Amino acid sequence: MAIPEIFQKTAEDGRAAMIIYVTAGDPSLAATVDMTAALAEAGADIVELGIPYSDPIADGPIIQAAGQRALRAGTTVAGVLEAARQIKENTGLPLVVMTCYNPILQFGPEKFATRAAEVGISGVLVSDLPPEESEEWCALAAREGLETIFLVAPTTEPERMALACRLSTGFVYVVSRPGTTGVREDLPEDLTSLVERLRGLTDKPLAVGFGLSNPEQVAVVARVADGAIVGSAVVRMIGEKCADRAEVAGFVQALAEATRR
Amino acid sequence: METTQGRFGRFGGQYVPETLMATLRELEEAYEQYRDDPQFRADLEYYFRDYAGRPSALYWAERLSERVGCRVYLKREDLNHTGAHKINNCLGQALLALRMGKKRLIAETGAGQHGVAMATVAALFGMTGVVYMGEEDIRRQELNCYRMQLLGTEVVPVTSGSRTLKDAINAAIRDWMTNVESTFYLFGTVAGPHPYPTIVRDFQSVIGRETREQILEKEGRLPTHIFACVGGGSNAIGIFAAFLEDEGVELHGVEAGGLGLATGKHAAPLNAGSFGILHGGAQYMMQDADGQVMETHSISAGLDYPGVGPEHCLLRDTGRAVYHVATDAEALEAFRMLAELEGIIPALETAHAVAGVLRMAGEFPPESLVVINISGRGDKDVMEVRRLLEQLRLAEVTA
Repeated sequence: MAIPEIFQKTAEDGRAAMIIYVTAGDPSLAATVDMTAALAEAGADIVELGIPYSDPIADGPIIQAAGQRALRAGTTVAGVLEAARQIKENTGLPLVVMTCYNPILQFGPEKFATRAAEVGISGVLVSDLPPEESEEWCALAAREGLETIFLVAPTTEPERMALACRLSTGFVYVVSRPGTTGVREDLPEDLTSLVERLRGLTDKPLAVGFGLSNPEQVAVVARVADGAIVGSAVVRMIGEKCADRAEVAGFVQALAEATRR
Repeated sequence: METTQGRFGRFGGQYVPETLMATLRELEEAYEQYRDDPQFRADLEYYFRDYAGRPSALYWAERLSERVGCRVYLKREDLNHTGAHKINNCLGQALLALRMGKKRLIAETGAGQHGVAMATVAALFGMTGVVYMGEEDIRRQELNCYRMQLLGTEVVPVTSGSRTLKDAINAAIRDWMTNVESTFYLFGTVAGPHPYPTIVRDFQSVIGRETREQILEKEGRLPTHIFACVGGGSNAIGIFAAFLEDEGVELHGVEAGGLGLATGKHAAPLNAGSFGILHGGAQYMMQDADGQVMETHSISAGLDYPGVGPEHCLLRDTGRAVYHVATDAEALEAFRMLAELEGIIPALETAHAVAGVLRMAGEFPPESLVVINISGRGDKDVMEVRRLLEQLRLAEVTA
């Protein structure tokens, strides 16, 4: 299923889409392939696959450490693309690749777009490529039929919010608060007003991430947005606590159940 | 040399997470508003003169000249308050932060010179200061670390990655993303996302303006060669900026050659790096085939950085400036030589610029007029140099 269809289906089911982020290659690409099958069974609707990067400025300590482990394990961009092919075959879930721009730039943006489309990746989110720098990338992605996902933060000015909404194709990634990715217990109070403002600008699906770590937060997000994104909390279970499939699946299942409105 | 807004040819730009875009724009607008504002200029000049001790001297180094084979002048940024050129940029950015209503300053530091300068202006203007510094650099530059603490700034050790300057920048960017409303990121060099390469260059360009005036007064002509060390490149751009249009003035940057380019253990992206994106800007950088940033090596913590400012990248590509390398050993030798010949102990960073001149000794046409930017003093390096020289002596004895 393509990303827009997923959001259509979850909306019809009366729930938000559950989007789970994992760092590819932590602790190994084989483990990532294996773990994503568990995520699918547990009710994830979209998997976000992070390409590890040595200097990920948008990430907090948890995903940063996961990236370091993945790189030490020898993870490469080509390896992640191959793993994506297997994940797509195993689960059928839409895959979104999340990365900093430099790995794409060195791989070759054109080659990356072609290969990503070939292995069945649905969309790409480049965390340090704001709309102003993205013209070339958006053209390549459009040519290959890849969705382009942009971030909107609480600090984003209104005219740039409109720009991000216009350039986003799969969904708009709503950053819940200033700061990096990470695990936090609360949700900012003005999240609802941020989502409402975006509703006035676009009818594209809105998915909220950054800091979501438990079913309670997911339930709150599901009431206002079309998707909830959980990353660091899952990455911590997989990488730091070396949780097994059943444990991760149990957690993701609880998250996915919380998406019901 | 800025070719379009925020770009130097294909270098520069703003490759940052969305959360920072608004704050970069806010900084850009504030800088546009104040850069030519008479009151802002007057305040900056006041602090340059009465606080930092500007203008810094341009000194004819007679004994070094004899060794090199032509007239050599030293631009004495080491005589500035806090001991390096870094104070120029810190005064400028802090005055900007005050006008923007930001009360908290953060910075990264490698050798600690920028950290000390930031801690100094934080104290001067009654602001809160936080400096991020790699654990490895804290070991190498313990004295500067303590100086920052004495000045009332918190020093946060950075334990991720290579524990040096690049990781300190990552940590500072993350702090900034989390505290954008209250915090001003006082970036230390001419790299990072736009508008930093422009802002830092402008505040450092006082070095070149003074040098131009001073050399014309002393010699009645412009220099033929200017030498400066290049890590991120702020002292080099600072002195180059006033001479970019003067075709007769050769501009020479000297990067950290570490153990030698062939070993891969160096910090010389202009000589041995490739095009990529680091810390928000497109530039030459040290990276592997997969785009992962490589660990660098230099005897000098301030040059131990895998990237370099976008304007230097363009100056390299257009050929307007030439970039050399000096190895750790050459820098150590130059460090000693400047101390013994001129009674000036330079920073290890600066020693690379001196090494670049010494390497060409005897090759300069006799009528040449060379200026070296003595970007900082070496008090901070004395203990580390002692350790390194003892190590060398030990190695010689066992060999």
